[in-house]
Amino acid sequence: MQVTSAVPLARDIDRRARADARHDRIFHRVLKFCALLVLATLLGAALSTLWGGREVLFGHGLHFLTSDSWNPVEDDYGALAPIFGTLVTSLIALVIAVPISFGVAIFLTEIAPTWMRGPVSAAIELLAGIPSIIYGMWGLFVFVPFMANIEPALSDTLGNLPLIGKLFQGPPLGLGLLTAGIVLAVMILPFISSVMREVFQTVPTRLKESSYALGSTTWEVLWDIVLPYTRSAVIGGIFLGLGRALGETMAVTFVLGNSYNITASLLMPGTSISSSIANEFNEAVGVHRSALIALGFLLFVVTFVVLLIARLMLHQLAKREGK
Amino acid sequence: MLTSRKYLIRSTRFAAIVAIAVASTFGVAAQATDITGAGSSFVYPVVSKWSAAYAEKTGNHVNYQSIGSGGGIAQIKAGTVDFGASDMPLDEATLSKFGLGQFPDVIGGIVPAFNVEGIAPGKMVLDGTTLADIYLGKVTKWNDPAIAKLNPSLTLPAATITVVHRSDGSGTTFNFSDYLAKVSPEWKTKVGEGTAVQWPVGVGGKGNEGVSAYVKQIKNSIGYVEYAFALQNHIGYALMKNAAGNVVEPTIANFQAAADTADWKNSKNFNLVMTNAPGAKAWPITATSWVIMYKQPKNLTNAKVTFDFFKWAYEHGQDQARSLDYVPLPPSLVEQIENYWKTEYKL
Repeated sequence: MQVTSAVPLARDIDRRARADARHDRIFHRVLKFCALLVLATLLGAALSTLWGGREVLFGHGLHFLTSDSWNPVEDDYGALAPIFGTLVTSLIALVIAVPISFGVAIFLTEIAPTWMRGPVSAAIELLAGIPSIIYGMWGLFVFVPFMANIEPALSDTLGNLPLIGKLFQGPPLGLGLLTAGIVLAVMILPFISSVMREVFQTVPTRLKESSYALGSTTWEVLWDIVLPYTRSAVIGGIFLGLGRALGETMAVTFVLGNSYNITASLLMPGTSISSSIANEFNEAVGVHRSALIALGFLLFVVTFVVLLIARLMLHQLAKREGK
Repeated sequence: MLTSRKYLIRSTRFAAIVAIAVASTFGVAAQATDITGAGSSFVYPVVSKWSAAYAEKTGNHVNYQSIGSGGGIAQIKAGTVDFGASDMPLDEATLSKFGLGQFPDVIGGIVPAFNVEGIAPGKMVLDGTTLADIYLGKVTKWNDPAIAKLNPSLTLPAATITVVHRSDGSGTTFNFSDYLAKVSPEWKTKVGEGTAVQWPVGVGGKGNEGVSAYVKQIKNSIGYVEYAFALQNHIGYALMKNAAGNVVEPTIANFQAAADTADWKNSKNFNLVMTNAPGAKAWPITATSWVIMYKQPKNLTNAKVTFDFFKWAYEHGQDQARSLDYVPLPPSLVEQIENYWKTEYKL
């Protein structure tokens, strides 16, 4: 090695640069492969459920999407009741979990004394780590009897209100859409609240301090400064929770009542896409199996549509912010 | 060099010793065969108990996978297992198309379970048509005249009945719906029979444990579970009026009476669901499960061991079956099955 000569040094640098470029190219390819792998898995799963459910999806066509009958004896299947149950339970879960998560996140970032923040956020994150079968068993053995006791009171009070009264009339079974929605709310709460907590912490102190200096109350600071600053991330967190609620299987199966119903009452049993599959797949053959796989494909579609709506909402918000 | 050579010699010697040891082990159990079966989860506990005892005695292992009846039928059709087990018999057309044969293995009872305050287990009497009307949503109160007529001595509450059924596909549902279809023409046309049906009313629990949990928790509910579950979970079960018009209790003797009096002789390939059996003491919702095998199996040795296993189970596995609250087949039926093996399988 002739270190003193200038020419080999230049060659070394050149070689080094080329090696760097090569490494970068390899690195890019590895990254691209990882990303494409996820896409391929998703596409593969979607296509194979589409293929597995082709008999019902293409053979019965629109009937599968518009019928609420689910009759394994006659091989007559309609997905309306499971879709209805999936959407309603997830909606109930969001209605309950979003305000609570919001409160928890604000409390932890703005109001709670410092010593409390660690333990409380750890406890919330622990909720996310509980397996869903445990929620299901807790739901069935503890929460369902509790709901059965308070449902008569619900029917007597809320059930008599003019518009929403119909939602709360029904037999006090303890099982049903409302119970499933509440269990789901507990399950998605940690996801939404940890996202909210994280993003609330990113709001610059300067902004908040300025607002306080101008005489704002804590609520005004939150509503007018913190929330607009973090809006898109907050919506992202909510949809993360919604995605989880739509696909949740075991916990829902235990407390939903597994009955192919479309009813106005939230106290009545229902069924969801994922719980129908979990219940019946084991013993299903022929068209029945095809119908269940087709349901799986529909869950893909429903989740996709929901995420699409989320994206569009974010897009709209971003546009308005520009003005 | 030297050390490695020494090692080589030593290891060769060791290998030889191992080889001799292995050979002698195999020598003792030269006939050891592993057979595989798959299907019905209803028979899983008893088959695994039998297979442990059978392995101890003969050295042959039976691996049984509880994947559900539908899966069991698919696996035996594909020839990936030595036997399939199903809670629903295969019909003639399917059997002859695939060259399969089938025979019963063990009996179980299904009981209506109820939760009505003040009525003790075994005190309520129901009959088939009333049970069908409850599950059709036509009888909606516990003090309905149909129930009251069957239970003149009970004070029945005016409470609404909550119907509980299985949410998963199951042999229990197949036998229960088959019974209702036999006793109620309306059930037959409106709902029919199957491992899963379109229930007119009620809530669905997953598995026997799901149904028994719901019946225990929901006041004034009625469900149906395997006899063993009702017994182990201390749920109130009802007595039934059977086809002969007698009120019977769910007992092992009465389940056997049903198997004994069911019309096996006139049913080809044991293609008979023995609900609503005619015997005087027969429990009306008695069920069995079928073992399905190829009549000309690819692997003859395994098929022979499979037959030997079930022969052993019929003869020596009765106590194991009883200890798990299953009912062994009555001797008359075992005799018919062994004849069936001789005539149909010709091994």
